[in-house]
Amino acid sequence: MKYIDEFRDKELVRNLVKRIGEVSHRGVSLMEVCGGHTWAIQKFGIPSLLPANIRLLSGPGCPVCVTSKRFIDQVVAYSRLSDVVICSFGDLIRVPGSSSTLEKEKSRGADVRIVYSVLDALALAEQNPGKKVVFPGIGFETTAPGTAAGIKDAAQKGLKNFFVLSSHKVMPPAMAALIDEGVKIDGYIAPGHVSVITGSGIYRDFPKKYGVGCVIAGFEPVDILQAVYMLLRQINQQRFGVEIQYSRVVKPEGNPIARQAMEEVFTTRDDWWRGFGVIPASGLVLNEKYAHFDAEKMIPVEVEETVEEKGCICGEVLKGLKRPTDCKLFGKVCNTTNPVGSCMVSHEGACNAYFRFHS
Amino acid sequence: MREKNILLGHGSGGKLTHSLIKELFFKYFENPVLLQQCDSAILGVSEGRLAFTTDAYVIDPLFFPGGNIGKLAVCGTVNDLAVSGAVPLYISAAFIIEEGFPIKELEEIVSAMADEAKKAGVQVVAGDTKVVNKGQCDKVFINTSGIGIVEEKHEHISSGSKLEAGDKVIISGSIARHGMAIMAVRNFGTFKTDIQSDCACLNHLVQEVLSSGARVKFMRDATRGGLATVICEITQHTGLGAEIREEAVPIDENVRGMCELLGFDPFYVANEGTVVMVAHPDDADAIVAAMKKNHLGKGAAVVGELVADHPGKAILQTAIGGNRIMDMLAGEQLPRIC
Repeated sequence: MKYIDEFRDKELVRNLVKRIGEVSHRGVSLMEVCGGHTWAIQKFGIPSLLPANIRLLSGPGCPVCVTSKRFIDQVVAYSRLSDVVICSFGDLIRVPGSSSTLEKEKSRGADVRIVYSVLDALALAEQNPGKKVVFPGIGFETTAPGTAAGIKDAAQKGLKNFFVLSSHKVMPPAMAALIDEGVKIDGYIAPGHVSVITGSGIYRDFPKKYGVGCVIAGFEPVDILQAVYMLLRQINQQRFGVEIQYSRVVKPEGNPIARQAMEEVFTTRDDWWRGFGVIPASGLVLNEKYAHFDAEKMIPVEVEETVEEKGCICGEVLKGLKRPTDCKLFGKVCNTTNPVGSCMVSHEGACNAYFRFHS
Repeated sequence: MREKNILLGHGSGGKLTHSLIKELFFKYFENPVLLQQCDSAILGVSEGRLAFTTDAYVIDPLFFPGGNIGKLAVCGTVNDLAVSGAVPLYISAAFIIEEGFPIKELEEIVSAMADEAKKAGVQVVAGDTKVVNKGQCDKVFINTSGIGIVEEKHEHISSGSKLEAGDKVIISGSIARHGMAIMAVRNFGTFKTDIQSDCACLNHLVQEVLSSGARVKFMRDATRGGLATVICEITQHTGLGAEIREEAVPIDENVRGMCELLGFDPFYVANEGTVVMVAHPDDADAIVAAMKKNHLGKGAAVVGELVADHPGKAILQTAIGGNRIMDMLAGEQLPRIC
């Protein structure tokens, strides 16, 4: 398949692994920020190919994993209202809230639908004028423009029954928070699809301020291995910068139209990240102009008290401080059938990928 | 029939029921045993052991590229018998129909069942019809049960009792076609694809392999849970390890493309006309050759083997040469977020 097979070429992979071996002189910790990278790394068995002194850490870029429990509780509360239809991305429905999940609520009769795009939710709102359609918006700069476009579309159509509960987040503040907290990171494999929107400018602080290189990478094995190679070269030469490996998709200036849509609809706020706590100016919420589409403001609902699970170390896993296997619950109490923490739910979650693929 | 849609009366046992049976079911399923209209089908028994299986079919949508619920209900039961090493002979068909269901669609379903049964060489010898109030079932549900005869020398196949390290794993065709065909029409109607379900009866293909004398030690049709689940079932059941080569597993480009797009792993996507065989290593190539002679086995390939290492675990050698575990899925696969 075009654009896929070239990047899974065995010969190319072998060559890259060899070259990585040649430039790998000391132990390094590289963090793949994006959950899509975590998944690809485990799915293709990349750790089994790399030298033992290269440690790949999973970062905070799995949308489901960093979503707060309080947010899940709130969506669950909405799903219990008889006139509400929840239109959710697939992974979210299994994420445990304090006492329930959307999947459980669905089995009890709640109207929960899995959608692939916010536009599916919009269509459903148009078809069901008697229902309130709530779209839980999760994800980073990759999915936020889509939600923004949906909201703008809803405004144009004059829809009164379409609402977004936004937990959208932006990536750079979390990447900075990690280093500020003292997590040892020698280089970032920066998120490819976030960068399609933002461009490479959002990472410029990392080399300058922190002396940490960033390579924006694609999601195929050759992409990831090439990014590892580029980071090792930066480390060896002690010349840190922002490089784009994923140049077939990512432009330095990003996608201005998508950014404009985001800027028109959202405003930033301090936001709670699972495992991190509150990170300043890291969340996106609907601004005044579009507040009438904000579920939080328009549909009052009583939300149960948030109860955090005991023993779960998703927070430390998300910060790259611990590996999934360091968790006492991993594989015992917490597995893909009965996930305790969100990192075990999403297929982009470090615990889930580790549980399923690690040999 | 004058009515265009199914009425509650069609399930009452009275005149409407009888007209439905005669004008629809008998018309298509006609055979001497069924036409006797006894409470039970009385069947002759030949040498060998009986294989008996049952399955319920609920699918949305009822009609999909490559088949419909009726075809699926026959193929599924025929295949369950076939992969047990049995020659399928008879099946029953019970329908639970939602009031108001168009009779024209029911006829299309029944006609597809009859066509498929004929192709497979099985007779529909017993049946039942129930009609439920609107909203109490989703259009139509079908249960089929099937009986086949297993020769003594093939009895071990269904349990896999002779499996051992070194045996080769063979698949009859490209994977994930059924699941992705359904996915394309179900939730993502805006996707235009030409993916067809692989829904088909495998009994002739299986019998062609068995009658070649090849030492087949285990068979399973890779339905829900896909190829990966079958492999995991084998390793868990036998305690042996398995090594599968991703590169060797056949998959059509259109199916692969859609899986990539949605973030689905094709190894876990359902098939409805694809069999996994595990056989003596010396016979693997002959089995692939035998499969390829049948139009359903054109894509047949050896995809891996059972090993004594890593007992109970299946390892996938990825296309790039990495290794990882292949485990069962916890639940349904869900489309990715971004």
